Amino acid sequence: MKRVLFGAATLLGTGAAVARWLAARGRAPVVTKDPKESLRWLGVTINLPREEVMPDGVPPRPLSRLDVEVRAEQAPGDRGTELYARPRRAVPTGPMAILGRLRGTDPRQEVRKALRDAKSILETGEVLRPEPEPAGIHGEPSAIQKTKTALTAPKSRAASIAQPVRADRSGERRQPGLRDRVLALAARRAPGEGRL
Amino acid sequence: MKALCWQGVDELTVEQVPDPRILNAQDAIIKVIASTTCGSDLHLLGGYIPMMKSGDVIGHEFLGEVVEVGSEVRRRRPGERVVVCSIIGCGRCWPCRHDMWSLCENSNPTSGITDLLWGGSTAGIYGYSHAMGGFRGSHAEYIRVPFADHNAFPVPDDVEDMDALFASDAVPTGWMGADLGGVRPGDVVAVWGCGAVGQMAARAAVLLGAERVIAIDRYPERLRMVERQADCEAIDYTATDVDAELRERTGGRGPDVCIEAVGLEADSAGPMRVYDEVKQQLHLEQDRPIAVREAIHACRKGGSVFVLGVFTGFVDKFPLGALMNKGLTLRGAQQHGQRYIPMLLDRISKGELKPAQMATHTMTLDDGPRGYDMFKHKKDGCVRVVFRPS
Ligand SMILES: NC(=O)c1ccc[n+]([C@@H]2O[C@H](COP(=O)([O-])OP(=O)(O)OC[C@H]3O[C@@H](n4cnc5c(N)ncnc54)[C@H](O)[C@@H]3O)[C@@H](O)[C@H]2O)c1
Ligand SMILES: [Zn+2]
Ligand SMILES: [Zn+2]
Repeated sequence: MKRVLFGAATLLGTGAAVARWLAARGRAPVVTKDPKESLRWLGVTINLPREEVMPDGVPPRPLSRLDVEVRAEQAPGDRGTELYARPRRAVPTGPMAILGRLRGTDPRQEVRKALRDAKSILETGEVLRPEPEPAGIHGEPSAIQKTKTALTAPKSRAASIAQPVRADRSGERRQPGLRDRVLALAARRAPGEGRL
Repeated sequence: MKALCWQGVDELTVEQVPDPRILNAQDAIIKVIASTTCGSDLHLLGGYIPMMKSGDVIGHEFLGEVVEVGSEVRRRRPGERVVVCSIIGCGRCWPCRHDMWSLCENSNPTSGITDLLWGGSTAGIYGYSHAMGGFRGSHAEYIRVPFADHNAFPVPDDVEDMDALFASDAVPTGWMGADLGGVRPGDVVAVWGCGAVGQMAARAAVLLGAERVIAIDRYPERLRMVERQADCEAIDYTATDVDAELRERTGGRGPDVCIEAVGLEADSAGPMRVYDEVKQQLHLEQDRPIAVREAIHACRKGGSVFVLGVFTGFVDKFPLGALMNKGLTLRGAQQHGQRYIPMLLDRISKGELKPAQMATHTMTLDDGPRGYDMFKHKKDGCVRVVFRPS
């Protein structure tokens, strides 16, 4: 944890110093807003001809259940069909979009997920169901612990600095580390929502 | 059932966990016959791969028997002995249809994090974190295999368990490095890392017609092994200057194809090791690209470098100048196993490849933590530990 904070502080410190220096020289980068943010189409490319993606112009499920505008275009080359959708209702932009994503209230989130699911159903006939959460939680009553041997810390020269922070060994379920928490927050999307 | 679970950095336990079930109609349940440790698991153990949760079952390189199939499975049948590709493909998306299976677009249900990090995600991988789908791993008595028709390959009767096992991951990974690295007859090929992946890459380069193959590592037993099994030359990077040695052995040109099979925990005899270690610990870079740098520097002008070792994020001191000015081709990938497995089983059956020698230690699942301890620290000449759950 200490090394994470130290790393973050070093980065922030350097960043702030550079920004101040640039600003003083009138060269600070200008943050541009995405002028089309609220209108952007979200898209996936499906490895099938257009007639199979939108037969008679009907959007595939589960997209058909959402209040969205939908369009499909033939992709270049042999890449299939580009399927696009965007929510009809207003979407948050700028910092509100980030907040909406964190709260799970941005309507684009379910559109992304629906596009991915539509692609998976059309291409493979199913959407993979993730497995139930971690199987062998050590320390829970259901887990019969058979053996428990922590790997011994290496003694080679290679290991003396290498050993990353050790997990809490109290037998409790380990809390996610700071890095995982930051990543999870930043990437907070409906599971399977993916990029787009 | 019994399974080997990740609990935290450098901590594994053997637990009783619920048996896997068919969750999708194209799934199969496989009874694991053999499952092996892989260098990629060491990155999980070291805490370098994000989104692991305590209790996750690890392991991804395995062989087993089909015991149950979902209603939409057409080609696989209970009773078949199969080797399963460590990386899951759907077989029908554009990358799968173009034999780039590790880029499958339908097999990773939790792609959000890697999409954000990399601008695109990989396929699902067994036992390899919730960024790669959160699938339970193979160091267990049973495992669920999605899209079974595309991912489980029947093993010919004349191929032994221990040979077929490595056709799941190490053999196709090594083969891919040589194949997509563009090895051609007459080439000089250098391979960094003599774990199972590097050894298989070296052997693949020989079979693809390379004139000379030079393998680099520090463990004498691994270097002797690769000399014997892959029929190539060896360099101990702790005993000499690798770059100078490669130049001297190639008339000053450098190798035509350089294959990196080391990954983000690379070691070095020089000061770069300490430099990268410190930056990695401060999170100023995620990976130690020591062997990648060396490969790019050594590679002949116009040659190609293939990165098989696993990397996760950003690196420092990346020699972009060398890459650009020497006109190099740099590629990397998680392995596209499905593209190669049937051909590789055929070559194993003909005796051209003998991966069983990688299995230096065999244990039961109960010995999982001890097995990883041996593998991580390369104790007792360990190249791979194979677990036999039943
Ligand atoms: N691309 C894929 O799909 C894929 C599949 C399997 C494994 N991998 C990756 O391949 C890498 C190797 O896997 P493995 O199972 O052979 O692991 P391993 O730990 O058995 O072998 C790694 C070897 O690299 C050597 N090494 C370390 N630093 C070196 C350096 N500077 N120069 C030369 N050699 C060095 C080590 O001594 C060790 O022998 C790992 O990063 C693993 O994650 C990738
Ligand atoms: Zn592997
Ligand atoms: Zn696919």
